[in-house]
Amino acid sequence: MADRLRLMQGNEACALAAAMAGVRFFAGYPITPSTEIAEQMSEMLPKLGGKFIQMEDEIASMAAIVGASLAGMKSMTATSGPGFSLKQENIGFATFTEVPCVVVNVQRTGPSTGLPTNTAQGDMMQAKYGSHGDIPAIALYPSTVPEIFDMTIKAINISEMLRQPVILLMDEIIAHMREKILVPTQEEVDKMLVSRPKPAKGIDKYLPYDASMSDVPPLAAYGEGYRFHVTGLYHDATGFPTSKPAEVDAKIRRIHRKVNNVVDDITFLRYDQMDDAEYAIVSCGSTARSARRAVVLAREKGIKVGSLQLKTIWPFPEAKVSEVCSKVKKVIVPEMNMGQMVHEVERVAKGRCKVVPYNRVDGEPLTPEEILETLAKEVAW
Amino acid sequence: MRKELRLSGSGGQGLITAGIILAEAAMRDGLEAVQTQSYGPEARGGAAKAEVILSDAEVDYPKVTSPDYILAMTPIACDRYGCNIKPGAKLVVDEDLVPNAPDSKHCYKFPITKISKEITGRPLSANIVALGVLNELFKFVSPERLEEAVRQRVPKASVEDNVRALNEGIRYTREKMQDK
Repeated sequence: MADRLRLMQGNEACALAAAMAGVRFFAGYPITPSTEIAEQMSEMLPKLGGKFIQMEDEIASMAAIVGASLAGMKSMTATSGPGFSLKQENIGFATFTEVPCVVVNVQRTGPSTGLPTNTAQGDMMQAKYGSHGDIPAIALYPSTVPEIFDMTIKAINISEMLRQPVILLMDEIIAHMREKILVPTQEEVDKMLVSRPKPAKGIDKYLPYDASMSDVPPLAAYGEGYRFHVTGLYHDATGFPTSKPAEVDAKIRRIHRKVNNVVDDITFLRYDQMDDAEYAIVSCGSTARSARRAVVLAREKGIKVGSLQLKTIWPFPEAKVSEVCSKVKKVIVPEMNMGQMVHEVERVAKGRCKVVPYNRVDGEPLTPEEILETLAKEVAW
Repeated sequence: MRKELRLSGSGGQGLITAGIILAEAAMRDGLEAVQTQSYGPEARGGAAKAEVILSDAEVDYPKVTSPDYILAMTPIACDRYGCNIKPGAKLVVDEDLVPNAPDSKHCYKFPITKISKEITGRPLSANIVALGVLNELFKFVSPERLEEAVRQRVPKASVEDNVRALNEGIRYTREKMQDK
Protein backbone atom coordinates (compact mmCIF):
# COMPACT_ATOMS: atom_id res chain seq x y z
CA MET A 1 0.00 0.00 0.00
CA ALA A 2 2.74 2.46 0.98
CA ASP A 3 4.60 1.67 -2.24
CA ARG A 4 1.45 2.00 -4.27
CA LEU A 5 0.76 5.54 -3.05
CA ARG A 6 3.09 7.56 -5.25
CA LEU A 7 3.77 11.10 -6.33
CA MET A 8 3.96 10.39 -10.04
CA GLN A 9 4.52 12.35 -13.22
CA GLY A 10 1.85 12.12 -15.91
CA ASN A 11 4.23 10.62 -18.47
CA GLU A 12 5.45 8.11 -15.90
CA ALA A 13 1.86 7.06 -15.11
CA CYS A 14 1.21 6.53 -18.82
CA ALA A 15 4.26 4.28 -19.21
CA LEU A 16 3.55 2.33 -16.03
CA ALA A 17 -0.08 1.77 -16.99
CA ALA A 18 0.97 0.56 -20.44
CA ALA A 19 3.45 -1.91 -18.99
CA MET A 20 0.91 -3.17 -16.44
CA ALA A 21 -1.71 -3.52 -19.19
CA GLY A 22 0.60 -5.83 -21.10
CA VAL A 23 2.24 -3.54 -23.65
CA ARG A 24 5.45 -5.36 -24.50
CA PHE A 25 6.63 -3.42 -27.53
CA PHE A 26 7.45 0.26 -27.68
CA ALA A 27 9.10 1.96 -30.63
CA GLY A 28 9.68 5.66 -30.48
CA TYR A 29 11.77 8.67 -31.25
CA PRO A 30 12.04 10.77 -28.06
CA ILE A 31 10.57 14.25 -28.27
CA THR A 32 9.74 16.83 -25.62
CA PRO A 33 7.34 16.82 -23.79
CA SER A 34 6.74 13.07 -24.24
CA THR A 35 10.32 11.87 -23.69
CA GLU A 36 9.79 10.44 -20.20
CA ILE A 37 7.38 7.87 -21.64
CA ALA A 38 10.10 6.46 -23.92
CA GLU A 39 12.61 6.73 -21.09
CA GLN A 40 10.42 4.73 -18.71
CA MET A 41 9.54 2.14 -21.33
CA SER A 42 13.23 1.63 -22.15
CA GLU A 43 13.81 0.83 -18.49
CA MET A 44 10.78 -1.34 -17.85
CA LEU A 45 10.24 -3.38 -21.02
CA PRO A 46 13.53 -5.33 -21.15
CA LYS A 47 12.93 -6.46 -17.55
CA LEU A 48 9.46 -7.70 -18.53
CA GLY A 49 10.66 -9.65 -21.55
CA GLY A 50 9.45 -6.90 -23.86
CA LYS A 51 11.22 -4.80 -26.46
CA PHE A 52 12.07 -1.12 -26.58
CA ILE A 53 13.44 0.26 -29.83
CA GLN A 54 14.55 3.80 -30.48
CA MET A 55 13.87 4.06 -34.20
CA GLU A 56 15.45 6.44 -36.69
CA ASP A 57 12.38 8.66 -36.76
CA GLU A 58 8.68 8.87 -36.00
CA ILE A 59 7.55 7.35 -39.29
CA ALA A 60 9.62 4.25 -38.63
CA SER A 61 8.45 4.00 -35.01
CA MET A 62 4.83 4.01 -36.14
CA ALA A 63 5.59 1.35 -38.74
CA ALA A 64 7.41 -0.73 -36.12
CA ILE A 65 4.50 -0.83 -33.70
CA VAL A 66 2.13 -1.88 -36.48
CA GLY A 67 4.48 -4.77 -37.29
CA ALA A 68 4.87 -5.77 -33.66
CA SER A 69 1.12 -5.71 -33.14
CA LEU A 70 0.61 -7.98 -36.16
CA ALA A 71 3.07 -10.33 -34.50
CA GLY A 72 0.71 -10.45 -31.54
CA MET A 73 2.15 -7.90 -29.11
CA LYS A 74 0.32 -5.04 -27.50
CA SER A 75 2.25 -2.08 -28.90
CA MET A 76 2.57 1.62 -28.22
CA THR A 77 4.46 4.73 -29.30
CA ALA A 78 4.57 8.23 -27.85
CA THR A 79 5.35 11.55 -29.46
CA SER A 80 4.49 15.24 -29.67
CA GLY A 81 3.12 17.45 -32.48
CA PRO A 82 5.98 17.28 -35.01
CA GLY A 83 6.19 13.51 -34.59
CA PHE A 84 2.41 13.10 -34.63
CA SER A 85 2.38 14.73 -38.07
CA LEU A 86 4.92 12.21 -39.33
CA LYS A 87 2.99 9.26 -37.93
CA GLN A 88 -0.24 10.14 -39.71
CA GLU A 89 0.21 8.01 -42.81
CA ASN A 90 0.87 4.87 -40.81
CA ILE A 91 -1.95 5.68 -38.39
CA GLY A 92 -4.20 5.61 -41.44
CA PHE A 93 -2.59 2.36 -42.55
CA ALA A 94 -3.14 0.75 -39.13
CA THR A 95 -6.75 1.94 -39.03
CA PHE A 96 -7.50 0.61 -42.49
CA THR A 97 -5.66 -2.68 -42.00
CA GLU A 98 -7.27 -2.99 -38.54
CA VAL A 99 -4.15 -3.33 -36.44
CA PRO A 100 -4.54 -2.49 -32.74
CA CYS A 101 -2.01 -0.04 -31.27
CA VAL A 102 -1.87 3.06 -29.09
CA VAL A 103 -0.34 6.39 -30.13
CA VAL A 104 0.29 8.91 -27.36
CA ASN A 105 0.53 12.55 -28.42
CA VAL A 106 1.69 14.94 -25.70
CA GLN A 107 0.73 18.29 -27.17
CA ARG A 108 3.17 21.19 -27.19
CA THR A 109 2.91 24.61 -28.82
CA GLY A 110 2.84 24.44 -32.62
CA PRO A 111 2.72 24.81 -35.57
CA SER A 112 5.96 23.17 -36.67
CA THR A 113 8.66 22.85 -33.98
CA GLY A 114 6.89 25.66 -32.12
CA LEU A 115 7.73 25.87 -28.42
CA PRO A 116 9.03 22.44 -27.35
CA THR A 117 8.62 22.92 -23.59
CA ASN A 118 5.30 24.80 -23.62
CA THR A 119 1.76 23.56 -23.53
CA ALA A 120 -1.03 23.67 -26.13
CA GLN A 121 -4.12 21.89 -27.44
CA GLY A 122 -3.49 22.42 -31.13
CA ASP A 123 -3.81 18.81 -32.26
CA MET A 124 -7.44 18.13 -31.42
CA MET A 125 -8.55 18.10 -35.04
CA GLN A 126 -5.37 16.42 -36.23
CA ALA A 127 -6.24 13.48 -33.96
CA LYS A 128 -9.32 12.96 -36.12
CA TYR A 129 -8.49 14.35 -39.53
CA GLY A 130 -4.69 14.02 -39.63
CA SER A 131 -4.66 11.01 -41.90
CA HIS A 132 -6.19 11.01 -45.35
CA GLY A 133 -9.41 9.22 -46.22
CA ASP A 134 -12.30 8.66 -43.84
CA ILE A 135 -10.77 7.55 -40.54
CA PRO A 136 -13.10 6.51 -37.69
CA ALA A 137 -10.81 8.11 -35.12
CA ILE A 138 -10.82 7.38 -31.42
CA ALA A 139 -9.04 9.81 -29.10
CA LEU A 140 -9.05 10.02 -25.31
CA TYR A 141 -7.71 12.94 -23.24
CA PRO A 142 -7.20 12.73 -19.45
CA SER A 143 -6.65 15.67 -17.06
CA THR A 144 -5.07 14.18 -13.93
CA VAL A 145 -2.34 11.65 -13.20
CA PRO A 146 -4.80 8.98 -11.98
CA GLU A 147 -6.87 9.64 -15.12
CA ILE A 148 -3.78 9.23 -17.29
CA PHE A 149 -3.18 5.81 -15.74
CA ASP A 150 -6.79 4.80 -16.20
CA MET A 151 -7.22 6.14 -19.72
CA THR A 152 -3.98 4.57 -20.92
CA ILE A 153 -5.47 1.20 -19.98
CA LYS A 154 -8.77 2.16 -21.61
CA ALA A 155 -6.96 3.20 -24.81
CA ILE A 156 -5.16 -0.15 -24.96
CA ASN A 157 -8.38 -2.05 -24.27
CA ILE A 158 -10.38 -0.19 -26.89
CA SER A 159 -7.68 -0.69 -29.51
CA GLU A 160 -7.62 -4.42 -28.79
CA MET A 161 -11.39 -4.73 -28.68
CA LEU A 162 -11.90 -2.93 -32.00
CA ARG A 163 -8.66 -3.86 -33.81
CA GLN A 164 -7.76 -0.27 -34.43
CA PRO A 165 -5.36 2.48 -33.33
CA VAL A 166 -6.42 4.66 -30.41
CA ILE A 167 -4.92 8.11 -29.84
CA LEU A 168 -4.19 9.12 -26.25
CA LEU A 169 -3.92 12.90 -26.15
CA MET A 170 -2.15 14.72 -23.36
CA ASP A 171 -0.64 18.18 -23.01
CA GLU A 172 2.64 19.39 -21.56
CA ILE A 173 1.05 20.44 -18.27
CA ILE A 174 -0.46 17.09 -17.34
CA ALA A 175 2.46 15.14 -18.83
CA HIS A 176 5.07 16.89 -16.70
CA MET A 177 2.93 17.47 -13.63
CA ARG A 178 3.39 15.24 -10.61
CA GLU A 179 0.53 14.36 -8.31
CA LYS A 180 -0.79 11.66 -6.06
CA ILE A 181 -1.87 8.31 -7.41
CA LEU A 182 -2.73 5.04 -5.73
CA VAL A 183 -1.35 2.58 -8.25
CA PRO A 184 -3.65 -0.44 -8.62
CA THR A 185 -2.20 -3.91 -8.08
CA GLN A 186 -1.33 -6.05 -11.10
CA GLU A 187 -4.27 -8.27 -10.19
CA GLU A 188 -6.64 -5.31 -10.29
CA VAL A 189 -5.28 -4.23 -13.67
CA ASP A 190 -5.51 -7.78 -15.05
CA LYS A 191 -9.23 -7.80 -14.28
CA MET A 192 -9.75 -4.72 -16.46
CA LEU A 193 -7.92 -6.04 -19.52
CA VAL A 194 -9.46 -6.92 -22.85
CA SER A 195 -7.68 -8.88 -25.57
CA ARG A 196 -8.13 -8.80 -29.33
CA PRO A 197 -10.39 -11.47 -30.86
CA LYS A 198 -8.28 -14.37 -32.17
CA PRO A 199 -9.17 -17.13 -34.63
CA ALA A 200 -9.63 -20.72 -33.46
CA LYS A 201 -6.62 -22.98 -33.98
CA GLY A 202 -6.41 -25.35 -36.93
CA ILE A 203 -9.03 -23.84 -39.24
CA ASP A 204 -8.51 -24.68 -42.91
CA LYS A 205 -8.49 -21.21 -44.30
CA TYR A 206 -8.01 -18.20 -42.01
CA LEU A 207 -9.57 -15.04 -43.42
CA PRO A 208 -8.14 -11.96 -41.64
CA TYR A 209 -11.01 -9.70 -42.71
CA ASP A 210 -13.94 -12.09 -42.61
CA ALA A 211 -16.64 -9.96 -40.98
CA SER A 212 -19.48 -12.42 -41.47
CA MET A 213 -19.62 -13.17 -37.74
CA SER A 214 -18.59 -9.81 -36.28
CA ASP A 215 -17.67 -6.30 -37.38
CA VAL A 216 -14.35 -6.97 -35.64
CA PRO A 217 -12.85 -10.02 -37.37
CA PRO A 218 -10.47 -12.26 -35.35
CA LEU A 219 -6.80 -11.34 -35.78
CA ALA A 220 -4.16 -14.07 -35.91
CA ALA A 221 -0.62 -13.28 -34.83
CA TYR A 222 2.16 -13.72 -37.36
CA GLY A 223 4.24 -16.69 -36.33
CA GLU A 224 1.34 -18.70 -34.95
CA GLY A 225 0.79 -20.67 -38.16
CA TYR A 226 -1.62 -18.64 -40.24
CA ARG A 227 -0.32 -16.77 -43.27
CA PHE A 228 -2.19 -13.70 -44.35
CA HIS A 229 -1.82 -10.61 -46.46
CA VAL A 230 -1.98 -7.04 -45.18
CA THR A 231 -2.31 -4.12 -47.55
CA GLY A 232 -3.33 -0.48 -47.49
CA LEU A 233 -5.24 -1.03 -50.72
CA TYR A 234 -8.91 -1.85 -50.39
CA HIS A 235 -9.06 -5.55 -49.55
CA ASP A 236 -11.59 -8.36 -49.30
CA ALA A 237 -11.93 -10.99 -46.57
CA THR A 238 -8.66 -12.65 -47.65
CA GLY A 239 -6.69 -9.44 -47.22
CA PHE A 240 -5.86 -9.24 -50.95
CA PRO A 241 -6.73 -6.15 -53.00
CA THR A 242 -10.18 -5.61 -54.40
CA SER A 243 -11.80 -2.75 -56.27
CA LYS A 244 -15.28 -4.24 -56.44
CA PRO A 245 -17.58 -1.34 -55.46
CA ALA A 246 -19.69 -3.51 -53.16
CA GLU A 247 -16.64 -4.76 -51.25
CA VAL A 248 -15.10 -1.30 -51.09
CA ASP A 249 -18.34 0.16 -49.76
CA ALA A 250 -18.74 -2.64 -47.22
CA LYS A 251 -15.19 -2.26 -45.90
CA ILE A 252 -15.25 1.47 -45.27
CA ARG A 253 -18.74 1.35 -43.77
CA ARG A 254 -17.82 -1.53 -41.51
CA ILE A 255 -14.75 0.11 -39.98
CA HIS A 256 -16.89 3.14 -39.14
CA ARG A 257 -19.77 1.01 -37.89
CA LYS A 258 -17.57 -0.93 -35.47
CA VAL A 259 -16.72 2.37 -33.73
CA ASN A 260 -20.19 3.91 -33.98
CA ASN A 261 -21.77 0.82 -32.44
CA VAL A 262 -19.80 1.20 -29.21
CA VAL A 263 -19.88 5.00 -28.82
CA ASP A 264 -21.64 4.80 -25.45
CA ASP A 265 -19.08 2.33 -24.13
CA ILE A 266 -16.13 4.51 -25.12
CA THR A 267 -17.54 7.89 -24.09
CA PHE A 268 -15.96 9.10 -20.85
CA LEU A 269 -16.99 12.37 -19.22
CA ARG A 270 -16.73 14.19 -15.93
CA TYR A 271 -19.46 16.52 -14.69
CA ASP A 272 -18.89 19.12 -11.96
CA GLN A 273 -21.79 21.12 -10.52
CA MET A 274 -23.90 20.72 -13.65
CA ASP A 275 -27.18 19.86 -11.90
CA ASP A 276 -28.52 23.41 -11.48
CA ALA A 277 -26.15 25.08 -13.95
CA GLU A 278 -27.35 27.96 -16.14
CA TYR A 279 -23.93 28.19 -17.78
CA ALA A 280 -21.52 25.43 -18.75
CA ILE A 281 -17.82 25.24 -19.44
CA VAL A 282 -16.91 22.46 -21.87
CA SER A 283 -13.23 21.62 -21.94
CA CYS A 284 -10.61 18.89 -21.85
CA GLY A 285 -7.11 18.06 -20.63
CA SER A 286 -5.36 20.53 -18.36
CA THR A 287 -7.88 23.19 -19.36
CA ALA A 288 -10.59 21.14 -17.64
CA ARG A 289 -8.70 21.68 -14.37
CA SER A 290 -8.78 25.44 -14.99
CA ALA A 291 -12.50 25.10 -15.70
CA ARG A 292 -13.13 23.27 -12.42
CA ARG A 293 -11.33 26.05 -10.53
CA ALA A 294 -13.30 28.68 -12.47
CA VAL A 295 -16.54 26.95 -11.42
CA VAL A 296 -15.54 27.21 -7.76
CA LEU A 297 -14.61 30.90 -8.13
CA ALA A 298 -17.80 31.72 -10.07
CA ARG A 299 -20.06 29.90 -7.61
CA GLU A 300 -18.55 32.07 -4.85
CA LYS A 301 -19.88 35.06 -6.82
CA GLY A 302 -23.28 33.42 -7.15
CA ILE A 303 -22.98 32.42 -10.82
CA LYS A 304 -24.65 29.07 -11.47
CA VAL A 305 -22.05 27.42 -13.67
CA GLY A 306 -20.89 23.85 -14.11
CA SER A 307 -18.15 22.04 -15.97
CA LEU A 308 -18.27 19.21 -18.46
CA GLN A 309 -14.90 17.59 -19.09
CA LEU A 310 -14.61 15.56 -22.28
CA LYS A 311 -12.30 12.63 -21.62
CA THR A 312 -13.34 11.15 -24.94
CA ILE A 313 -12.71 13.63 -27.73
CA TRP A 314 -13.34 11.36 -30.71
CA PRO A 315 -15.90 10.12 -31.46
CA PHE A 316 -17.23 13.48 -30.26
CA PRO A 317 -19.73 12.85 -27.40
CA GLU A 318 -22.58 14.41 -29.36
CA ALA A 319 -25.51 13.14 -27.31
CA LYS A 320 -24.08 14.22 -23.97
CA VAL A 321 -22.92 17.63 -25.16
CA SER A 322 -26.28 18.16 -26.85
CA GLU A 323 -28.03 17.42 -23.56
CA VAL A 324 -25.95 20.12 -21.84
CA CYS A 325 -26.64 22.60 -24.65
CA SER A 326 -30.38 22.08 -24.24
CA LYS A 327 -30.23 22.93 -20.52
CA VAL A 328 -28.00 25.98 -20.24
CA LYS A 329 -28.09 29.57 -21.54
CA LYS A 330 -24.49 29.71 -22.68
CA VAL A 331 -21.54 27.39 -23.09
CA ILE A 332 -17.95 28.63 -22.75
CA VAL A 333 -15.34 26.57 -24.61
CA PRO A 334 -11.85 27.47 -23.38
CA GLU A 335 -9.01 25.99 -25.41
CA MET A 336 -5.27 26.45 -25.81
CA ASN A 337 -5.63 26.78 -29.60
CA MET A 338 -7.30 29.12 -32.07
CA GLY A 339 -10.66 27.35 -31.63
CA GLN A 340 -11.08 23.68 -32.53
CA MET A 341 -13.49 21.78 -30.25
CA VAL A 342 -15.69 24.88 -30.14
CA HIS A 343 -16.83 24.07 -33.69
CA GLU A 344 -17.98 20.63 -32.57
CA VAL A 345 -19.89 22.17 -29.65
CA GLU A 346 -21.49 24.73 -32.00
CA ARG A 347 -22.48 21.99 -34.41
CA VAL A 348 -24.16 20.02 -31.65
CA ALA A 349 -25.75 23.07 -29.97
CA LYS A 350 -27.68 23.79 -33.19
CA GLY A 351 -28.32 27.36 -32.04
CA ARG A 352 -30.11 26.34 -28.83
CA CYS A 353 -27.56 28.14 -26.65
CA LYS A 354 -24.82 30.66 -27.27
CA VAL A 355 -21.42 29.03 -27.66
CA VAL A 356 -18.53 31.28 -26.61
CA PRO A 357 -14.93 30.42 -27.52
CA TYR A 358 -12.01 31.51 -25.35
CA ASN A 359 -8.55 30.94 -26.74
CA ARG A 360 -5.09 31.24 -25.27
CA VAL A 361 -2.25 30.71 -27.75
CA ASP A 362 0.94 32.13 -26.18
CA GLY A 363 2.32 28.83 -24.86
CA GLU A 364 1.24 29.65 -21.31
CA PRO A 365 -1.43 27.78 -19.33
CA LEU A 366 -5.01 28.96 -19.69
CA THR A 367 -5.92 30.21 -16.21
CA PRO A 368 -9.15 29.91 -14.20
CA GLU A 369 -9.25 33.72 -13.91
CA GLU A 370 -9.44 34.10 -17.70
CA ILE A 371 -12.35 31.70 -17.88
CA LEU A 372 -14.06 33.49 -14.99
CA GLU A 373 -13.63 36.85 -16.74
CA THR A 374 -15.10 35.48 -19.99
CA LEU A 375 -17.99 33.96 -18.08
CA ALA A 376 -18.66 37.13 -16.06
CA LYS A 377 -18.89 39.16 -19.30
CA GLU A 378 -21.40 36.69 -20.72
CA VAL A 379 -23.47 36.73 -17.54
CA ALA A 380 -23.57 40.56 -17.53
CA TRP A 381 -24.43 40.72 -21.27
CA MET B 1 -6.34 25.60 2.57
CA ARG B 2 -4.32 26.09 -0.59
CA LYS B 3 -0.67 27.11 -0.36
CA GLU B 4 1.23 28.03 -3.51
CA LEU B 5 5.03 27.84 -3.63
CA ARG B 6 7.38 28.91 -6.38
CA LEU B 7 11.00 27.77 -6.29
CA SER B 8 12.94 29.80 -8.83
CA GLY B 9 16.50 30.04 -10.03
CA SER B 10 18.50 28.63 -12.88
CA GLY B 11 18.64 25.21 -14.49
CA GLY B 12 20.98 22.87 -12.58
CA GLN B 13 20.28 24.29 -9.10
CA GLY B 14 18.07 21.32 -8.28
CA LEU B 15 14.89 23.31 -7.76
CA ILE B 16 12.67 20.83 -9.57
CA THR B 17 14.06 18.06 -7.35
CA ALA B 18 13.38 20.22 -4.31
CA GLY B 19 9.80 20.75 -5.46
CA ILE B 20 9.30 17.01 -5.94
CA ILE B 21 10.72 16.24 -2.48
CA LEU B 22 8.45 18.76 -0.79
CA ALA B 23 5.38 17.47 -2.65
CA GLU B 24 6.26 13.89 -1.77
CA ALA B 25 6.67 14.75 1.90
CA ALA B 26 3.33 16.56 1.87
CA MET B 27 1.64 13.55 0.27
CA ARG B 28 3.03 11.33 3.03
CA ASP B 29 1.65 13.81 5.53
CA GLY B 30 -1.81 13.23 4.08
CA LEU B 31 -2.05 16.45 2.06
CA GLU B 32 -2.91 16.81 -1.60
CA ALA B 33 0.14 17.98 -3.50
CA VAL B 34 0.83 18.86 -7.10
CA GLN B 35 4.22 19.75 -8.51
CA THR B 36 4.75 21.41 -11.87
CA GLN B 37 7.76 22.93 -13.53
CA SER B 38 8.80 25.13 -16.35
CA TYR B 39 12.08 25.45 -18.12
CA GLY B 40 13.49 26.54 -21.44
CA PRO B 41 14.91 24.33 -24.19
CA GLU B 42 18.40 24.56 -22.60
CA ALA B 43 19.75 21.57 -20.61
CA ARG B 44 21.26 23.80 -17.93
CA GLY B 45 21.56 27.49 -17.28
CA GLY B 46 18.50 29.43 -18.37
CA ALA B 47 15.64 30.22 -16.04
CA ALA B 48 14.02 27.29 -14.25
CA LYS B 49 11.25 27.11 -11.76
CA ALA B 50 9.35 24.47 -9.89
CA GLU B 51 5.95 25.08 -8.41
CA VAL B 52 4.23 23.19 -5.65
CA ILE B 53 0.64 23.44 -4.50
CA LEU B 54 -0.29 22.03 -1.11
CA SER B 55 -3.93 21.63 -0.28
CA ASP B 56 -6.31 19.77 1.97
CA ALA B 57 -8.74 19.23 -0.93
CA GLU B 58 -8.39 18.06 -4.55
CA VAL B 59 -6.08 20.42 -6.44
CA ASP B 60 -7.96 21.58 -9.52
CA TYR B 61 -5.83 24.18 -11.30
CA PRO B 62 -2.29 22.79 -10.96
CA LYS B 63 -0.28 25.94 -11.70
CA VAL B 64 0.75 28.73 -9.36
CA THR B 65 -0.80 32.10 -10.19
CA SER B 66 -0.03 34.19 -7.11
CA PRO B 67 2.46 32.40 -4.89
CA ASP B 68 2.30 32.57 -1.10
CA TYR B 69 5.94 31.54 -0.79
CA ILE B 70 8.77 32.27 -3.18
CA LEU B 71 12.33 30.99 -3.16
CA ALA B 72 14.71 32.97 -5.38
CA MET B 73 18.18 31.54 -6.00
CA THR B 74 19.37 33.98 -8.69
CA PRO B 75 19.13 37.79 -9.11
CA ILE B 76 17.02 37.33 -12.25
CA ALA B 77 14.58 35.04 -10.44
CA CYS B 78 14.32 37.59 -7.63
CA ASP B 79 13.61 40.41 -10.08
CA ARG B 80 11.06 38.37 -11.93
CA TYR B 81 9.20 36.71 -9.08
CA GLY B 82 10.31 38.46 -5.86
CA CYS B 83 9.36 42.07 -6.50
CA ASN B 84 5.62 42.18 -7.06
CA ILE B 85 4.54 39.65 -4.48
CA LYS B 86 1.04 39.72 -3.11
CA PRO B 87 0.44 41.15 0.39
CA GLY B 88 1.42 38.66 3.05
CA ALA B 89 3.52 36.52 0.70
CA LYS B 90 6.98 35.48 1.86
CA LEU B 91 10.21 35.66 -0.09
CA VAL B 92 13.29 33.60 0.75
CA VAL B 93 16.59 34.30 -1.02
CA ASP B 94 20.14 33.08 -1.07
CA GLU B 95 21.78 36.16 0.45
CA ASP B 96 25.11 35.63 -1.32
CA LEU B 97 23.66 34.96 -4.77
CA VAL B 98 20.87 37.53 -4.70
CA PRO B 99 22.32 40.96 -3.82
CA ASN B 100 19.24 42.67 -5.20
CA ALA B 101 16.84 41.16 -2.66
CA PRO B 102 14.44 43.76 -1.26
CA ASP B 103 14.75 44.91 2.34
CA SER B 104 11.41 43.99 3.79
CA LYS B 105 10.10 42.08 6.73
CA HIS B 106 8.65 39.62 4.25
CA CYS B 107 12.05 38.87 2.76
CA TYR B 108 14.16 36.24 4.52
CA LYS B 109 17.85 36.11 3.63
CA PHE B 110 19.91 32.99 4.23
CA PRO B 111 23.39 31.87 3.10
CA ILE B 112 21.85 28.81 1.46
CA THR B 113 24.59 27.83 -0.99
CA LYS B 114 27.32 28.72 1.53
CA ILE B 115 25.78 26.30 4.05
CA SER B 116 25.78 23.56 1.39
CA LYS B 117 29.49 24.16 0.70
CA GLU B 118 30.35 24.15 4.42
CA ILE B 119 28.47 20.94 5.16
CA THR B 120 29.14 18.87 2.04
CA GLY B 121 32.08 20.65 0.43
CA ARG B 122 29.97 21.36 -2.63
CA PRO B 123 27.22 23.78 -3.67
CA LEU B 124 25.07 20.94 -5.02
CA SER B 125 22.95 20.45 -1.91
CA ALA B 126 21.80 24.08 -1.81
CA ASN B 127 18.36 22.91 -2.93
CA ILE B 128 18.11 20.62 0.10
CA VAL B 129 19.40 23.31 2.47
CA ALA B 130 16.71 25.57 1.04
CA LEU B 131 14.07 22.95 1.81
CA GLY B 132 15.27 22.83 5.42
CA VAL B 133 15.11 26.62 5.65
CA LEU B 134 11.67 26.88 4.05
CA ASN B 135 10.14 24.13 6.12
CA GLU B 136 11.57 25.43 9.39
CA LEU B 137 10.23 28.91 8.60
CA PHE B 138 6.78 27.95 7.39
CA LYS B 139 6.13 24.41 8.70
CA PHE B 140 4.67 22.93 5.53
CA VAL B 141 5.27 19.31 6.47
CA SER B 142 6.60 17.28 9.39
CA PRO B 143 10.42 17.21 9.50
CA GLU B 144 10.35 13.39 9.61
CA ARG B 145 8.41 13.12 6.33
CA LEU B 146 10.70 15.68 4.74
CA GLU B 147 13.81 13.72 5.68
CA GLU B 148 12.20 10.50 4.41
CA ALA B 149 11.42 12.15 1.09
CA VAL B 150 14.99 13.47 0.77
CA ARG B 151 16.37 9.99 1.45
CA GLN B 152 14.13 8.51 -1.26
CA ARG B 153 14.75 11.07 -4.00
CA VAL B 154 18.45 11.97 -3.94
CA PRO B 155 21.12 9.71 -5.49
CA LYS B 156 22.14 6.89 -3.13
CA ALA B 157 25.77 8.02 -2.85
CA SER B 158 24.76 11.44 -1.57
CA VAL B 159 21.97 10.55 0.85
CA GLU B 160 23.95 11.24 4.02
CA ASP B 161 25.40 14.51 2.69
CA ASN B 162 21.94 15.69 1.75
CA VAL B 163 20.38 14.74 5.05
CA ARG B 164 23.13 16.68 6.84
CA ALA B 165 22.47 19.62 4.50
CA LEU B 166 18.77 19.46 5.32
CA ASN B 167 19.36 19.36 9.06
CA GLU B 168 21.84 22.21 8.92
CA GLY B 169 19.31 24.29 7.01
CA ILE B 170 16.78 23.60 9.76
CA ARG B 171 19.25 24.23 12.61
CA TYR B 172 20.59 27.46 11.12
CA THR B 173 17.10 28.80 10.57
CA ARG B 174 15.92 27.93 14.06
CA GLU B 175 18.92 29.70 15.58
CA LYS B 176 18.63 32.77 13.38
CA MET B 177 14.91 33.17 14.07
CA GLN B 178 15.50 32.81 17.82
CA ASP B 179 18.07 35.60 17.66
CA LYS B 180 15.45 37.82 16.05
